[in-house]
Amino acid sequence: IMENINAKYVSQKISKTRWRLVSHSSLQQPDIFATGSWDNEVNKISFWSIGNHGGSDTDDGFEGDPQLLCEYKHDGDVLDLQFLDQDRIVTTSSTGAVTIFRHHQNSQTISVSHRWPRAHRYPCDNAPCTGVVCSSPEIVTVGEDGKIIVFRADQEGVIRVIENADSSTIHAVTYLRTTEILTVNSIGQLKLWDFRQQSDAPSQILSLSGDRVPLHCVDRHPNQQHIVATGGQDGMLCVWDVRQGSTPFSLMEAHSAEMWEVHFHPTNPDHLFTCSEDGSLLHWETSTHSDMPSFLQGGRNNSMISRSAMAPAGGNQSLISAWLSGDSSKGRLETTHMLPSQTLSVNSLDVLGQCLVCGTDGEAIFVNRQVPV
Amino acid sequence: MEEVDVEPAVTNIPAASDGKHLGFAWGPGDILVYETLYKASGSGCSFIHEVRKDEDIYSPNLRKLFNESHHIFVGLQTIREDLPSKNKKPQFVSISKNYRSVIRACMEELQQVAEVATQYGNQVSILLAIELIWNLCEVLFIDAAPAGSLLLHLLDWVRLHKADVDEKAAEVLQSESPAEHHDYWDVVVSYVLQGRLEEARQMLVKQATLHPAARKMYKLMDTLLSKMPFYNPGGTQTLTEFDVKWRHWHGEVNRCLQDNSFASNQHLEIICKIIVGDEDTLLEHKELLSTWYHFLVTRLLFSHPTVKPTELHYYAQSCMTMFLDARSVPEPLDNILLAAFEFDIHQVIKECSIALNNWWFVAHLTDLLDHCKLLQSHNLHFGSNLREFLLLEYASGLFTHHSLWQLAVDYFDNCPEFGRVYLGLQIEHIPLDTERKALKVLRICEQRQMSEQVRSICKIMAMRALRNNRLGSALSWSIRAKDAAFATLISERFLQDYCTRGTFSDLDLIDNLGPAMLLSDRLTFLGKYREFHKLYGEKRFSEAAKLLLSLMTAKIAPRSFWMTLLTDALPLLEQKEVGHRAHDNMDKKRVLSSLKTSFELLLMQLSSTSSKC
Repeated sequence: IMENINAKYVSQKISKTRWRLVSHSSLQQPDIFATGSWDNEVNKISFWSIGNHGGSDTDDGFEGDPQLLCEYKHDGDVLDLQFLDQDRIVTTSSTGAVTIFRHHQNSQTISVSHRWPRAHRYPCDNAPCTGVVCSSPEIVTVGEDGKIIVFRADQEGVIRVIENADSSTIHAVTYLRTTEILTVNSIGQLKLWDFRQQSDAPSQILSLSGDRVPLHCVDRHPNQQHIVATGGQDGMLCVWDVRQGSTPFSLMEAHSAEMWEVHFHPTNPDHLFTCSEDGSLLHWETSTHSDMPSFLQGGRNNSMISRSAMAPAGGNQSLISAWLSGDSSKGRLETTHMLPSQTLSVNSLDVLGQCLVCGTDGEAIFVNRQVPV
Repeated sequence: MEEVDVEPAVTNIPAASDGKHLGFAWGPGDILVYETLYKASGSGCSFIHEVRKDEDIYSPNLRKLFNESHHIFVGLQTIREDLPSKNKKPQFVSISKNYRSVIRACMEELQQVAEVATQYGNQVSILLAIELIWNLCEVLFIDAAPAGSLLLHLLDWVRLHKADVDEKAAEVLQSESPAEHHDYWDVVVSYVLQGRLEEARQMLVKQATLHPAARKMYKLMDTLLSKMPFYNPGGTQTLTEFDVKWRHWHGEVNRCLQDNSFASNQHLEIICKIIVGDEDTLLEHKELLSTWYHFLVTRLLFSHPTVKPTELHYYAQSCMTMFLDARSVPEPLDNILLAAFEFDIHQVIKECSIALNNWWFVAHLTDLLDHCKLLQSHNLHFGSNLREFLLLEYASGLFTHHSLWQLAVDYFDNCPEFGRVYLGLQIEHIPLDTERKALKVLRICEQRQMSEQVRSICKIMAMRALRNNRLGSALSWSIRAKDAAFATLISERFLQDYCTRGTFSDLDLIDNLGPAMLLSDRLTFLGKYREFHKLYGEKRFSEAAKLLLSLMTAKIAPRSFWMTLLTDALPLLEQKEVGHRAHDNMDKKRVLSSLKTSFELLLMQLSSTSSKC
């Protein structure tokens, strides 16, 4: 695995990196990713290409470095970045601003499409906007000011603000369902919000009993919407079932410092990836291959679960996901380090198809085109 | 007191007016300068000037150098001390090559940019010089080649740093008739000067075909060139045997010269004189040699290929003198290389420190040489050794950079004497604009048990949060620092809020305090008081009363709150509700009566204190 990964030094500390979306119908591998920098006098967003034009028929893992397509100045640290659609990204800034940038593919230029300059703010200070999630045209952001704000990409102003959503910093946000979101905060709580409700209170609060360890990242299982993974300050990976109980289903020791991002693989959710301040990026693999014959598993009989195929549309609801019973000592969970040792903090990662990209505080980007999923 | 080595450089402060006095203050990598007045009257200047010595840190291309070399540096520190040195030498050579390839990569990128922006031209030439010096140090000190291999390595060194030969050769070969190209003979002679005899022979073949009449002469030259012995370090031949063979060949070439075998062809005559090691002929080709160290290596190649490391400095000094007679003063690079040939490592480091404005090169090279155990432990006046001093200087410079400070941490970690102190002092000055940055800085401090810095950073962040009314964040920071005093402060804020507004704010926090509640008494009180309210709201009056009682008797309630507690107790005392079970009833009666007593006690205490005021 080590041979497939090469560092590209880019003279900026990378805070976020995301693959451009590829349509699910084509089996194309992703070829363009965006990065955002932080802690620079002049921060930038950049678009890069790894030149995968069609098919995964390259046998060489690292054919050429990522090439810079274009870049643009960004006011403040890029604290989060998401693709809104094929041409536009949304970024959130340490100045509290939320910005939509458009990437003009033909001329390889970037322009600002829309900007909300002080979306998150204190009365007399800037409040960094820490996270964003979008489902075009809806954009949801969260910040250190404890607010949740909903925008629409094509409209001025904001659609909705939940003013005192949290008394502590909200670090990340993700969709649970189309009208529900999940946030995590710095007193270790996972909160569910239902936008159909008028009230400004969360519909559910979950937290670990014991120490209130700040949570930094959250991701939902692509198919089984009640399964959620979080990571926090102590580097532990928690998997929750939001239907049942208010405490996580399983806890796994993952990293020796803050976990910054956790991602289920979008089409192969037996695979999970985490990255951390301790400089490591872990690939978690669980096997859902059950010993029980399929007709005893309940649910729909026609769902054959195999590791390489995409999971069927509805998923097998009654099959207990191996994530929830996760216990690395039982040998059903395998963890692999994906980076050479002694890198500085890995701040961000994204995985799509067989391609993984990540960025570090060592001012390097790593791309792996042959992730074994 | 030692004398100053060089004249100090003078920097003018353009914005400061003439004749004004300047005051100054040292920063870690720069100086702040300001105008001062000694007279009481007169208008003051409101400017502070920042004088920065090292601009290189801010170059985007050089940043790659800093990051990549940081990675190599950290890897080098982990090489185990207990391995025998013969196992370590190849590793050190490999690391040295890694550093050099990083320098080269950076230089190549800069060269592409320099074509567009001329200000980088200077950086390119500095990097070229750095790589040249490093390469020589690798050959002489780290690889420490013995006689025989030494010359071969020096030959490689020269070839690597004279790329224009290949460019010219390519141009000549691509022309219509290479043998008639005006640069043809320059290329052939350059190949010979670099000991690339095979390529020289191939070029000569082209000339030979054009002059069939002189075929014999060309054949003779070809034979001489092909028979020149080169030492093979991996082979079975000893150095002595090689020397004998070489002298034999040298005699043969000399004979051809004496016989005037090449007298009719001026070019071949010159080549013959070169390969016999004739100094005057070599010096006639100063332009093709272009440097005195090329001259040195060529001269050694053709007159003394079995040169020993200890003999190098005689030849180096004399070659430099012979070559540079036109210019009187050697440049800094010349002095550095000369010091290297003299195996005076300390002089090399010292000269480089003076000549370069960035500590990168000397810090990394010295560190590597130290690992090779080549530096005598040479304690400087202020306690640390040379390696540590240079690393500290370099890392301190990095720390002034808004972004590269993270790299500096690993360098400080590997300075056993003062690294920790330096880190502790400088890490508190990093501006913390976002929580994320503060978390990273905190993690660095926690990993090194710098508890004072942890407390200080958490306090700054907590105060900021408090100022912005983010009580949950403030509490989160106090928990991290285990700062009971601050937790108390936050609880007071909550309680104040309650008193003014009548309700609790941030219920999501207070209801979910968990074990953090125990961090401070006030915080515990807050949590319990909120619990009391919840119980009351759920009409679980006996439990509420019990809780209230314990709050009063445990003495964790702040004085300012007693009035409030008493007010809360009143409705409970008026409760006439009767429980279902007998002992429950008894229990309640007991509780209520104790409540009554405490109430009276508190009233008494309150009235006594108020009467004292």
